Amino acid sequence: MSAADGSMDPCGPTPSRELTQNPLKKIWMPCKNGLPEKHISQRRVCMTNCPTLIVTVGLPARGKTYISKKLTRYLNWIGVPTKEFNVGQYRRECVKIYKSFEFFRPDNEEGLKIRKECASAALNDVRQYLTEEGGQVAVFDATNTTRERRETINRFAEQNGFKVFFVESVCEDPDVIAENIVQVKLGSPDYTHCNTEQAVEDFMKRIKCYENSYQPLDEVLDRDLSFIKIIDVGRRYLVNRVQDHIQSRIVYYLMNIHITPRSIYLCRHGESDLNVKGRIGGDSGLTFRGKEFAHYLGQFIHAQGISDLKVWTSQMKRTIQTAEALGVPYEQWKALNEIDAGVCEELMYEEIQQRYPLEFALRDQDKYRYRYPKGESYEDLVQRLEPVIMELERQENVLVICHQAVMRCLLAYFLDKSAEELPYLKCPLHTVLKLTPVAYGCKVESIYLNVDAVNTHRERPENVNVHRSAADALQTVPAHL
Amino acid sequence: DIIQTSRPQFTNSPTMIVMVGLPARGKTYISRKLTRYLNWIGVQTQGECILYIFIYLYRDYSKEPKDCIYTGTCTNNLSSFKLWYVTHNVVFDATNTTRERRGVIISFAKEKGYKVFFIESICDDPEIIEANIMEVKLSSPDYEDCDKEEALDDFVKRIECYKTNYVSLDEEKDRHLSYIKIFNVGSRYLVNRVQDHIQSRIVYYLMNIHVTPRSIYLSRHGESELNLLGRIGGDSGLSTQGKKYASALAEFIRNQAIKDLKVWTSHMKRTIQTAEALGVAYEQWKALNEIDAGMCEEMTYEKIQENYPEEFAMRDQDKYRYRYPKGESYEDLVHRLEPVIMELERQENVLVICHQAVMRCLLAYFLDKSADELPYLKCPLHTVLKLTPVAYGCKVESFYLNIKAVNTHRERPANVDVTRGPEEALRTVPDHF
Repeated sequence: MSAADGSMDPCGPTPSRELTQNPLKKIWMPCKNGLPEKHISQRRVCMTNCPTLIVTVGLPARGKTYISKKLTRYLNWIGVPTKEFNVGQYRRECVKIYKSFEFFRPDNEEGLKIRKECASAALNDVRQYLTEEGGQVAVFDATNTTRERRETINRFAEQNGFKVFFVESVCEDPDVIAENIVQVKLGSPDYTHCNTEQAVEDFMKRIKCYENSYQPLDEVLDRDLSFIKIIDVGRRYLVNRVQDHIQSRIVYYLMNIHITPRSIYLCRHGESDLNVKGRIGGDSGLTFRGKEFAHYLGQFIHAQGISDLKVWTSQMKRTIQTAEALGVPYEQWKALNEIDAGVCEELMYEEIQQRYPLEFALRDQDKYRYRYPKGESYEDLVQRLEPVIMELERQENVLVICHQAVMRCLLAYFLDKSAEELPYLKCPLHTVLKLTPVAYGCKVESIYLNVDAVNTHRERPENVNVHRSAADALQTVPAHL
Repeated sequence: DIIQTSRPQFTNSPTMIVMVGLPARGKTYISRKLTRYLNWIGVQTQGECILYIFIYLYRDYSKEPKDCIYTGTCTNNLSSFKLWYVTHNVVFDATNTTRERRGVIISFAKEKGYKVFFIESICDDPEIIEANIMEVKLSSPDYEDCDKEEALDDFVKRIECYKTNYVSLDEEKDRHLSYIKIFNVGSRYLVNRVQDHIQSRIVYYLMNIHVTPRSIYLSRHGESELNLLGRIGGDSGLSTQGKKYASALAEFIRNQAIKDLKVWTSHMKRTIQTAEALGVAYEQWKALNEIDAGMCEEMTYEKIQENYPEEFAMRDQDKYRYRYPKGESYEDLVHRLEPVIMELERQENVLVICHQAVMRCLLAYFLDKSADELPYLKCPLHTVLKLTPVAYGCKVESFYLNIKAVNTHRERPANVDVTRGPEEALRTVPDHF
């Protein structure tokens, strides 16, 4: 029989198992008596064998929470179940009302006791998440500025069989720190009762409480630990002992993100001929209204007065036609092509229901994981779009002219939407979404450019059973010619 | 002027990569490997070129620093690329530091409009250095007639001489430069001021490669039902011969007694069936799926000639860049396979069970084949290729497991003109049922 640890059966070749194709994801799996057998990995690649604990390190206002949240969002989007645990949050729950920086004074025994307890409570929740709740990565967000504290965490991880990866943020630029405080600290629950000046003053004193005991990760003293030290918001990085694939991906991601203010514009191509006919996929051109949209898009972009705007399209005619109207250089990405509907390409939903009623129902049951026969799933799309996201992180102002399913995937990344929500995000034609990173999230502005278009959004019908009637299946199909 | 590739080109100005380090620190190894990778992912296109310069610290007093930069020709096509060597013949003088010499390079680059990225390899582990010397230096003509032990000794002494002159990139003084410092073959990295996409990719690549000895086994799935019929693509199962191959592969792998072997397949039935016979855990990668032939899926070449004679001719004209209607090109395939290559670099012993076009792409990466050669690499059925990195390249061993299979290799025909007749078009089609 097959061995999970990769060793070969010494008794000779085993008879090949029968294969069956999972009807939802179209993945071939071994089966016994017609029933699928459990197989170790249906995923692209096994990221880790044991769970990973990411531990932030750094003085207050160094971007630890920003990094934690962003990293968590990215890992979840690429399909690695991740959760962040912010010790400050635990502290706020414990000490209902924050009085002042005095709580953080190194000689405040009561404060120390509470902070230690909060860290323990958080670690306990980490353990539960990684061992019982199917989590793969936990991000432990706290200052963790002393070697002693880090040792405690290392011991905890060792006891539980977790790998540890430290992410330290070091920054002495006063402008960056000040901006940080303005963006995220002033609005914190800790300072609702203060005015700006008082809050800033108190926070600066809070930072001071940590400074004396701060032991940054050291090249020599901490040479056996796995970590990345981010210096001056990404100007320089020190990377030590990357252990595995997921840590390598994390390092790559962290080295590509930046905090320079910018906006990302997402929109679909203008209305296409196939859109109007209610047909999915294909490679048709723009309708008259679609061309109008392209024209207004050009005007809109021009009016936004964006410096150095990059424009990206897919390699499909409709996005390129749209970009052409802008009169600026643009780059084509094959990765931005619409989801491949395989045998259902260019069909109307009515036709899909008629020819492939089972497929149609399976899709409604799990739209994220469902793969069209000889086509793709949303899950495949996310994997395909990962390099696009990475490059979007590197860039500044970008306009991405893409397609419905693609835009849903990109939007889900920026707005931290789950796999369940993603395939139903509303991305109507002729509407531009302007995303501007702010604090820990993303501000979204929706701009409808006032050119009519068909609706291409099909909601999940009530009845997703494979035996449902055609009427039930087609209940939510939007109107078309 | 839209550049028609799978993915946008990200730099406007060419990048000059400068290798820094004492002898036997792996500079040549790193630069050759990096060149191979960048060539494979298609960086050398449309005026983007990457130039390498080495800093060797030879104590030769005869030349002026500015005379030391050899300007060779820079080729812009996908397939060739020249490694530029700059021998820094140092005029040893107390006032002359190597930082000044780096300054010469930087002004040279500025003049030409190049971005500069330094790669420094630092190693203080004597075992690694010795291994390096043994593997690459002692096979050089310099040491042909020498006793190995003596040669090693001599080389180590040479390095000692260079050390006094050597000035490493400094965190403070060189803080405005873009660079990566690699310590002890990758246990630690220091990365400073990554300027753009290509530098970010270079850093990512360098951080994933290692020198631990290992082997990569490449094989196609066993012969499939569609293979027998001379049809391309599809998702058929193994033929009788194919199943025999799967068993033979299992035995072969067993006999190789490979430590901790990882097995990868595509999402297609025929590779998975093949892996099943091994009786070990395997991982499925959608990225390893065969090239998508779009409208031509499951057709014979005869059928393609009948239905799409023009397409068929265009493919023969430029097999690398040609994209099947509603399908993919080899170029697209390479792009798709990047994460696979990256993970192969991270891993140790791996067996990849894949498909003809996919295997050609992977092989081209390991054996540094050009875009023109790639689509015609011979990857017959029922043959395992064992690749073992050695010195600056890759040793290849080919194992035919003695199970008969059809030939699926179609050579480029003599006539690739769109006006050619069917006979000329189909001349090189291999036999099938």
